[in-house]
Amino acid sequence: MSTGELCIEGLRAGIPGREILQGVTLTVRSGEVHAVMGPNGSGKSTLAHVLMGRPGYEVLDGSVTLDGIDLLSLPTWQRARAGLFLGMQHPIEVPGVSLTRTLLAARAPVADDGSHRPEKEMDVRLHDEARRIGFDERFLDRPLNVDLSGGERKRNETLQLGVLRPRFAILDEIDSGLDVDALGAVGRRVEEATTEWGLGVLAITHFRRLLNVLHPDVVHVLSEGRVVATGSSELAELVDRTGYAAYS
Amino acid sequence: MSPVAEGPGPSPSDRVHSLVTSLGARSALMVTIDGVLATVASSVGEQLLSLGRATECSDVEDVLGSVVTDPRDFLLLNDAFAVDPLLVDIATGATIADPIVIIHVVSGGPGLAVFPRTVIRGGAGSEAGVIEIVVDADAGLLADLPSRSSSPRARPSSTSSPERLVVPVTEISVADDSSLSYVSVQALGTDTWQLAHQASVIGASATLESFAVALGGGYARLRTDSALRGVSGTSKLRAAFIGRDEQMLDFRTLQDHLAPRTTSDLLFMGAVADHSHSVYSGLIRVHRGAVRSDARQTNHNLVLDEGAHADSVPNLDIEENDVSCSHGSTVGPVDEDQRYYLESRGVEPDVAERLIIAGFFEDIADQVPIAGTRSMIGQALADRTGAHGV
Repeated sequence: MSTGELCIEGLRAGIPGREILQGVTLTVRSGEVHAVMGPNGSGKSTLAHVLMGRPGYEVLDGSVTLDGIDLLSLPTWQRARAGLFLGMQHPIEVPGVSLTRTLLAARAPVADDGSHRPEKEMDVRLHDEARRIGFDERFLDRPLNVDLSGGERKRNETLQLGVLRPRFAILDEIDSGLDVDALGAVGRRVEEATTEWGLGVLAITHFRRLLNVLHPDVVHVLSEGRVVATGSSELAELVDRTGYAAYS
Repeated sequence: MSPVAEGPGPSPSDRVHSLVTSLGARSALMVTIDGVLATVASSVGEQLLSLGRATECSDVEDVLGSVVTDPRDFLLLNDAFAVDPLLVDIATGATIADPIVIIHVVSGGPGLAVFPRTVIRGGAGSEAGVIEIVVDADAGLLADLPSRSSSPRARPSSTSSPERLVVPVTEISVADDSSLSYVSVQALGTDTWQLAHQASVIGASATLESFAVALGGGYARLRTDSALRGVSGTSKLRAAFIGRDEQMLDFRTLQDHLAPRTTSDLLFMGAVADHSHSVYSGLIRVHRGAVRSDARQTNHNLVLDEGAHADSVPNLDIEENDVSCSHGSTVGPVDEDQRYYLESRGVEPDVAERLIIAGFFEDIADQVPIAGTRSMIGQALADRTGAHGV
């Protein structure tokens, strides 16, 4: 079980000519689930991509550390290797490139007995994770996200999270496109990961329904690029009843 | 320079042998060396498949030039200088399980000009596959075409001073209710200019599935014409190409719809690296009367280096109303979003790029119509991009 923290301090960032995040500060500890809620345009997806280092965004000020490692100075792939994972809102199609090959290239897993048998071990983990979230095992050999429905793509993101076992995961609207059964399976899998290996979660969502299956320890409301309220899960219920207007 | 490589390493005939072996099971084999027929072997009875020199056929006048009816420039040269035009005659109703393999070996030194000519006739109701390879004896498919990883920058240009000329012409007729798969591979050295012409005529309810692979040549042109003359005929045209160093690859296509309810589906995909250049220009022509025809034309180009360049020029010429036509093309570097997605999983940038390029070609190599050649073609493409071993 790992202990550590993902620490965001005074983060100001955006796209060239437009500041979207205007000083975001929050800390997620290992094993915790934090929800970030907010209206359209509040900067939720920008936060996700700035943390992962998507090209096209620029950081103006602030810091992001993972167990003390300065993430903002690292390229995307090294942030991932440091233990950060982004479950994307719109997972991207990569024609001709299979999930297995990608995950082998990402980080070859080591077997429980310490021996290095990446392909066999990967195969075992992939099938195990696929069964846990009800991802059709026939899709494992398909090119990444090609010809997958929106819901299947979200299960695929969750499956990758289970195989890669990151320290911290940002889930950008992992609930969109999922039917109620899939939502339950995905929420349960992520929540189990918080105790299985102490995954820390930053779950970005519009709706409280995700939080019925993935129970947050802390809820943040993001508005106009700032965290304007932080509280327990009751805050999510309050937002659900009253809307975001009170926070803008 | 001797036409046959001396010294250590496999001889040209060894290379041809291992190339043939890599293609898997076959029903027949024809080999020409510098245009001269050297080998004919078949394990299929003559009542199903007849092979040989077209000039030994009683109706030679009808055989040659029956498909290509637009005698221009290099075609006229081929007409004049083809030494041993080959004829592959698949009998009416014959089903030939394993492919017929034709290999044109170019082995001569500077100053050589070769004019391979092949006529393939699929009889009514027949079903067969043909693989035709034009290969340099010294720098062929299995030898030392430079790979991307070993020479990241261009070497001195060879396109300005070609030493050899190869002008292959292939005429394919697919008679009514028949089905033909045709795979062609061009693996010439960069000191060679190629001007190739592949023309097909498709009969009623007949299907041609063709796949061209362009790997070598200093300047290499491939003109692909498919005339849909019979009702409900189908032509599926595919090509994969990779340009490197100073290569210039030039593709010209014509999907010619002359009969009702005909279908053509073209997909050409390629990559240009170093200082290479590719041009795709294609025309869909739907003649008056070819109602309810369906024509598709797609060309995707990956530009892998700043000095490389790809042009794509799709065209439509539609004379009929009740038709469905689409065309599209893309030209650009490896997709930034795809790269970001892989990197966000922890894949290093250069590995991510190699995976995406390999995936781009795997996507089209999966569509090679003769299954036994898929791994050879996939491997040849991977070797050319330096994308193997990922």
